[in-house]
Amino acid sequence: MARSATDAREDERASIPAPKSPRGLVEIDGGARLTPIQWIERRMLSRPLIGPIAVLVFALIVFSIVSPNFGTLQNFSLILQQVQVIAMLGIAQTLIILTAGIDLSVAAVMLLAQVVMGKLAVAMGLPPELALVLGILVGVACGAINGLIVTKLNIPPFIATLGTLSIFYALNIFLSGGESVPYADVPGLFTWLGTGFQVLGTTFTFGQVLTILMFLVFAYILRSTAWGTHIYAVGDNLEAARLSGIRVNRVLMSVYIVAGLIIGVTAWLLIGRIGSISPTAGASYNLASITAVVIGGTSLFGGRGRIMGTLLGAVIVGVFSSGLSLAGFDNLWQEFTIGILIIGAVAVDQRLRKIGR
Amino acid sequence: MTTDTTAAVAGGAASAPFRSHELVIEGRKLVKRYGHVVALDETDFEIRQGEVLAVIGDNGAGKSSLIQCLSGAVQPDEGELLVGGELTTLKSPVEARRLGIETVFQSLAVSPALDVASNIFLGRELRRAGIAGSVFRMLDKKKMRQEALGAMSELGLQTLQNVGQSVETLSGGQRQGVAVARAAAFGSKVVILDEPTAALGVKESGRVVKLIKDINARGIPVILISHNMPQIFEVADRVHIQRLGRRIALVETSQIDMGDAVALMVGAKTPEQLGLETAS
Ligand SMILES: Nc1ncnc2c1ncn2[C@@H]1O[C@H](COP(=O)(O)OP(=O)(O)OP(=O)(O)O)[C@@H](O)[C@H]1O
Ligand SMILES: [Mg+2]
Repeated sequence: MARSATDAREDERASIPAPKSPRGLVEIDGGARLTPIQWIERRMLSRPLIGPIAVLVFALIVFSIVSPNFGTLQNFSLILQQVQVIAMLGIAQTLIILTAGIDLSVAAVMLLAQVVMGKLAVAMGLPPELALVLGILVGVACGAINGLIVTKLNIPPFIATLGTLSIFYALNIFLSGGESVPYADVPGLFTWLGTGFQVLGTTFTFGQVLTILMFLVFAYILRSTAWGTHIYAVGDNLEAARLSGIRVNRVLMSVYIVAGLIIGVTAWLLIGRIGSISPTAGASYNLASITAVVIGGTSLFGGRGRIMGTLLGAVIVGVFSSGLSLAGFDNLWQEFTIGILIIGAVAVDQRLRKIGR
Repeated sequence: MTTDTTAAVAGGAASAPFRSHELVIEGRKLVKRYGHVVALDETDFEIRQGEVLAVIGDNGAGKSSLIQCLSGAVQPDEGELLVGGELTTLKSPVEARRLGIETVFQSLAVSPALDVASNIFLGRELRRAGIAGSVFRMLDKKKMRQEALGAMSELGLQTLQNVGQSVETLSGGQRQGVAVARAAAFGSKVVILDEPTAALGVKESGRVVKLIKDINARGIPVILISHNMPQIFEVADRVHIQRLGRRIALVETSQIDMGDAVALMVGAKTPEQLGLETAS
């Protein structure tokens, strides 16, 4: 059997053009010409944040023109305060949605965690530091339970977390007796994230800083670590990930646990935000977190999206709420607009997904 | 990652020194059932040190099921598997990879939304040196891109200019190239290719054939599943003929012609008629 000479390959290798730019997009298949729309689609595929940024910039410009009170630093800080809890839950939600899952129980876990914090510190008199850590661990445990149901019982995440949504919410009402802990009884540590500092005459809270930091940390993790790559791979093509030697159940389990940790921390943020410990505050945040993720350009089908998109998605929701109400529109039009944004975002995602398949 | 040229030159000689009758992987009476479908019906399998073994058979003969057992993708219901002469169970693709068994699956097993380099290094990413890698777990994307580019260049995929682009923007042939490059880059004991040229044009198929020869020239045995008879007769040392879930013949390529191989494969002739011993 004849073996080919290697020198022919050497020649070929020499003729291979060096990549023009390490990250730029190139034309495929012998440089086929792209129509402008195709070009935009390709861009959006490689830069998923383009869509949400465009929407945000557009909204900021329009609302700044319409209402003079909108474009102030003070208003921006206010918007960020209003959306920070949803944005943080959105980090957990993004991780799970990237694996092609979904978590309907995020807000229920958050409420359970904060009620446990309150119960331990206020009713049982534990040191607030300890109560805080134990409350966060409740979030971790809830995440682990979701993860076990998904990976061990093979129940689709939608159903698994629909079930645990009821369970965790019921436990939350049971433990709290349906009653709030008033501000006066809440330890200072618990509300610390609601306090803040002045910059340029505007108040910013530690909660806002924490939220931004968390986004930066998880953007780094998703982008620059193997775990992050594996999260995308699992959501993109589960079988391919498995065949590539990724322990897919281990990745899924870790994602649900880390999501639980983030939600536990968000419970702390929530107490700071509203000042008291209420078993019903933010119960609507389950769906709101999904809204932020979707408007941020992350695909509900998994494997595609950016964590920073979720921050943008949450801010977009806040900007529309604030802008529309400052312009004198009724609250119902905020809901209406958000509905359009969700459908628009998913329509774009559907279109982009078709390109490569 | 790069081809060992000395081995390649040695492989160019008529008698390859690394060839031997030692079996790298051996399967004995492997059975795989899917419900009431028997994909593998007590099939035997063997590949020798240093050879290119072609596996041929009709659609549904159980070729993919067989190599999935060898690569840990599925577990046989019955039978024994020996790797390097030792009884082994491959519970997952991870275990097969760890043993140096690298596979291009028929389904390709690529992740469309990830870029080329990430796909090639999926599941064995390179981390930065120093604390960036050890504490902050930072990936060495630059190095992975460089090495991925090298692996792709070796396949002659000139149209692919950028290993940072996502696989979904590639043509079917280029995607296949990614999967083949990955196996070629990491295979250390056996490289298994399940229809690696199915989506490729003539030129690209030729490249894959050359790559198979290159891999083999490094002393690594290759299992090639293909329906392309001329290709098989060009590269393979022996042919394993699979029919209805069994190995009905295992012959030296030089001892059989294409027509007979196809006749055996589709059942038009029996091994007895050709004077071959029924393998097993
Ligand atoms: N995951 C599965 N579930 C159910 N049946 C399967 C599965 N995989 C394979 N089979 C069945 O097992 C038999 C052998 O399939 P296999 O894929 O091994 O054939 P093949 O020789 O690779 O065919 P081809 O040339 O078409 O790739 C077929 O009848 C197929 O339908
Ligand atoms: Mg097959």
